[in-house]
Amino acid sequence: MASAAGGQPTAGPGQALRSKLASILGVLTSLLLTFIGLTAITFVIGRMMPADPVLAIVGDRASQEVYDQVYLQLGLDKPVYIQYLRYLEQLLEGDLGTSIMTAQPVMDDIIRFFPATLELATVATLLGIFVGIPMGVLAAVHQGRWPDHIVRVISLIGYSAPIFWLGMVALLIFYANLGWVAGPGRLDVFYDGIVEPTTGILMIDAAMSGEWDIFHNALSHLVLPATILGTFALAYIARMTRSFMLDQLNQEYILTARVKGMPERKVIWGHAFRNVLVQLITIIGLTYASLLEGSVLTETVFSWPGIGQYITNSLFNNDMNAVLGGTIVVGACFVGINMLSDLLYRLVDPRIRK
Amino acid sequence: MTTEATLRGWLLAEIPTSKWQARCQRIFIGWLDFKRNPIAMIGFLIILGLVVIAALAPWITTSDGLELHLADRLKPPSSEHWFGTDELGRDIFDRIIWGSRITLYIVALVSIIVVPIGLLIGTVAGYMGGWVDTVLMRLTDIFLAFPRLILAMALVAVLGRGLENAVLAIALTTWSPFARIARAEALTIRNSEFILAAQMQGISTVGILARHVTPLCMSSVTVRLTLDMAGIILTAAGLGFLGLGAQPPTPEWGAMISLGRQYLIDQWWVPTIPGIAILVVSLGFNLLGDGLRDVFDPKSGN
Amino acid sequence: MTRLKKLLLSLTVLAAFGMGSSQAATPDNTFVMAKDIADIITMDPAEVFELTTGEIIANIYDRIMMFEPEDLQTLVGGVAESWEVSNKGSTITFKIRPGLKFHSGNPVTAEDVAWSLQRVVKLKKTPSFIITQFGWTADNVDDLVKATDNNHLQITITEEFSPGLVLNAMSAGIASVVDKELVMSHEKDGDLGYEWLKSNSAGSGAFSLKTWKANEIVTLEANANYRHGAPGMKRVILRHVSEPSSQRLLLEKADIDMARNLTPDQVKGVMGNSDISIDGHPKGTIVYMAANAGHPILGKTEVVQAIRNLVDYESMANSFLAGQFVVHQAFWPGGLWGALEETPYQQDIAKAKSLLQSAGHGDGFELTIHTLTNSPFPEIAQAVQANLAQAGIKANIVTLEGKTLWPKYRAREHDIILARWSPDYVDPHSNADAFANNPDNRLEAKLTGHLTWRNAWADESSNMLAVKARNELDLNKRKEQYLELQAMLQKTGPFVIMFQQNEQVARRKNLQGFVSGSNFDLVFYRNVIKQ
Repeated sequence: MASAAGGQPTAGPGQALRSKLASILGVLTSLLLTFIGLTAITFVIGRMMPADPVLAIVGDRASQEVYDQVYLQLGLDKPVYIQYLRYLEQLLEGDLGTSIMTAQPVMDDIIRFFPATLELATVATLLGIFVGIPMGVLAAVHQGRWPDHIVRVISLIGYSAPIFWLGMVALLIFYANLGWVAGPGRLDVFYDGIVEPTTGILMIDAAMSGEWDIFHNALSHLVLPATILGTFALAYIARMTRSFMLDQLNQEYILTARVKGMPERKVIWGHAFRNVLVQLITIIGLTYASLLEGSVLTETVFSWPGIGQYITNSLFNNDMNAVLGGTIVVGACFVGINMLSDLLYRLVDPRIRK
Repeated sequence: MTTEATLRGWLLAEIPTSKWQARCQRIFIGWLDFKRNPIAMIGFLIILGLVVIAALAPWITTSDGLELHLADRLKPPSSEHWFGTDELGRDIFDRIIWGSRITLYIVALVSIIVVPIGLLIGTVAGYMGGWVDTVLMRLTDIFLAFPRLILAMALVAVLGRGLENAVLAIALTTWSPFARIARAEALTIRNSEFILAAQMQGISTVGILARHVTPLCMSSVTVRLTLDMAGIILTAAGLGFLGLGAQPPTPEWGAMISLGRQYLIDQWWVPTIPGIAILVVSLGFNLLGDGLRDVFDPKSGN
Repeated sequence: MTRLKKLLLSLTVLAAFGMGSSQAATPDNTFVMAKDIADIITMDPAEVFELTTGEIIANIYDRIMMFEPEDLQTLVGGVAESWEVSNKGSTITFKIRPGLKFHSGNPVTAEDVAWSLQRVVKLKKTPSFIITQFGWTADNVDDLVKATDNNHLQITITEEFSPGLVLNAMSAGIASVVDKELVMSHEKDGDLGYEWLKSNSAGSGAFSLKTWKANEIVTLEANANYRHGAPGMKRVILRHVSEPSSQRLLLEKADIDMARNLTPDQVKGVMGNSDISIDGHPKGTIVYMAANAGHPILGKTEVVQAIRNLVDYESMANSFLAGQFVVHQAFWPGGLWGALEETPYQQDIAKAKSLLQSAGHGDGFELTIHTLTNSPFPEIAQAVQANLAQAGIKANIVTLEGKTLWPKYRAREHDIILARWSPDYVDPHSNADAFANNPDNRLEAKLTGHLTWRNAWADESSNMLAVKARNELDLNKRKEQYLELQAMLQKTGPFVIMFQQNEQVARRKNLQGFVSGSNFDLVFYRNVIKQ
């Protein structure tokens, strides 16, 4: 599990720093390469689609003349690699082209839709952290006994349920039948457009402008999709926590601490848990990244206007600029978060500290 | 009785007399471990049940699950229709049973594609090292970086809708972790003595990869595959749900949920039963995978 | 452990905080409807061709000619107060109503009206064919469409066309009157305000566009100075909800006032709810199958005829389509002027088999049905699949989003397409031109606007009759000719026309006055009130 980097105990501090810098540089280079690969593959897939980007603009009943005019406008007569280079060039200027579906620059769309996904994924991950970690620790401490089994079954079910189906059923029960939470969407319509979208994250914006009604409404809309998405995060985090904790609890220093009569709570949280924290950061990073992209189905079921739904709709509407832009942004986040947790790991690797 | 006893004795003999016996022993001891793990056994039984049901489908069902009876649509579960009927009057029980074949088909096909690709790329990269490793792993990283479901969706859009294309798309988005695992294994054994010995005997690189490196990667790849099965099933169902996978009237469970979701409120059984079917099977694979991991890697288990 | 308990407790509190019910009904002065509005791509009347925006711009812009919600059958003047036909129908002069004002406060002049039509022709977007068929081009339109003074507009038709048809075309979306001064103030690089008008409005209708967020929401604001008086609601909100079952939940919870896309079974489900009413509105949308005449087997008349005899129209209309579709078998929608109401076909397997036999395909064959992903198309396709199987025809189904389906259709790459069609404007010519006329069947002609061309089907007598009816001045004769043409197409031609839509709208009982006419853009919000 531990990374192979930085395993030279005899090295002086300067050398260690230098090797760390080198490894960070390496990470950044590979980040860049990965990113170029990502854009290239997405672009090629986009161009290979049997769907017709021109028709997406002119509609089904357009005449051939109208069609040809748009075809040239889009530069589709040029070879693919030229189109790609042109795309990259624009990308570097922060221009992702214009979306057909929304008639807005894709960048603006992403700025509008991404916070919704961010909000959803963040709350889901927090849920995973604050419920999943205690569950995992509990299971590890009571290894082989009923708390362990319960946690294991819960986390496996969280893993195994089709999320879109779970969402539908939850909506029926908690919104339609019990009325505990608000329904699909991010906000009741008549609250729409009242709060200035400073961060784009509704609850923060509402809280900042003191609109507690809206805050409450937004939270009420968020609870259900976040819980559904969080189930997956929770399952994964609990499982990994348990396994990391077991590793630690079987170590000698824990035994020593126990023999010395240290209180059990301190042994678990003060010693064992502190040592798995670093590993957990990687896992949490992974979960967060996968929720950012994994929210596609949740967003569909909950009419959540996030980036996942944006990409899905664009794909169905042959809106290539939007698909490309959305995929690249999500991919970049994915890569970025993974790299970040990797870097963090390298920087605070416990074996170097010791 | 006696054959069983001797077989058991042979399997548990202290000193194996042949390579074959040693291998069988390893598996048998693993099985004994496995049997003691109740959760893994549940998983195993679920998957076994799935296979049996799929095999016996023609004898369990009363229809092919495709016949329309528009007069009998949306009938609740009853003794005649155990799981009720769907929006076109088809028997849901029969469709679930026939759908089990599709689930197995998806899982099998994805495995057949993914494992060889992952093994090939991973072992070559790990064993060869150098620029081959760099290039192959860079490629792997790019695919790892892709939002998986979105890539699968885009690929289906390119390839055209349908079950086979969905499977292919899933495979193309699933192979990268296997390459990573195989590479890690290959790296650890690359400099081991028996590989060096093989090299000195003048066995070709291909031969070493095929006969020595690949078999040693198999156990970790198998565990990972079992754990991934649930993910594969869920992704396929997700594609079916978005209308990108199996086409009507194929009784693929995800597509059944997709078409049945508008009936959830009044005819709950139409989308709920395929949902439960997916849940049970992917749970089965997860439990099984968990158990297998405990067997192969005792450190992380009970 | 205690810390864990505290944590769980605080989480529960947090969750409970979020759970308080939000049962407030929609505000009294706001009309909120849930609709699938993913089809919106522009708000510019010169380009709008989608169902949702067709409806929206009908509420934002007054047109030259109009149908009014008070009487959906009679074509009356919109911004035109009166009109005069001269020169054997080749010149029409419209007198513009005095005193009309745009939302901006600018007066509506004949020049605005002329410019609006010229703009459509010059921008040359998809729906422009509705008026360019009159012989107007970017070069001559300034002469053929012009304001003779501040309140008179004169249009000249260079092709032979029935003036009734021309007047009908002047009630289409492209005849929306646009505020020239306002739009031109936003012009960029000679684009006639195209970029700006995509997401803004400049009309004189009952509402103005306040916001449009793609796949989220459209907000319209009432025009208090509308010529028929201020609308009943201050705001109209179209909220994007693609899932019909979500629409239903929102409606039952009173989070919305109206659900536009409920399926027949969902309508049945809400019927028991005493707070909800269902209204039926017969629509001009027809559901049809088209067989590619370029296909070696489907090109045979007997085979298409056999398919017409195989489809079990009735049992579909009585089961999963009940309430929302009725059997209709001619290309012009029932209930409209000139429609053929006869439905000569029902399932007759023996007849179908003998037709297949005589075509040499008694043993059946295999084909693919391409259709849309949204209900009811997959259901109809599966029912048809079962019907066809009864005569040994094995049909495979592929469902696609419209945006992926249409390119296949336009490239003649299909076997059978199962799709829908709505008239572009309320004149039989709109559909006759698509279903019966194909002036040039060559592949390179690319007459993709004609469904006949898309199915590689052309017939001399059908073409002639379609053109004759188009040009006919005598209304009764014209009607007879369209009836004849429809009857002809029922026997030959690549189309199996199956159903006509009856839109079912579910609303909260306290909301009234929503009007939805036969055509997709005859939907009016201005009489909506809440009690």
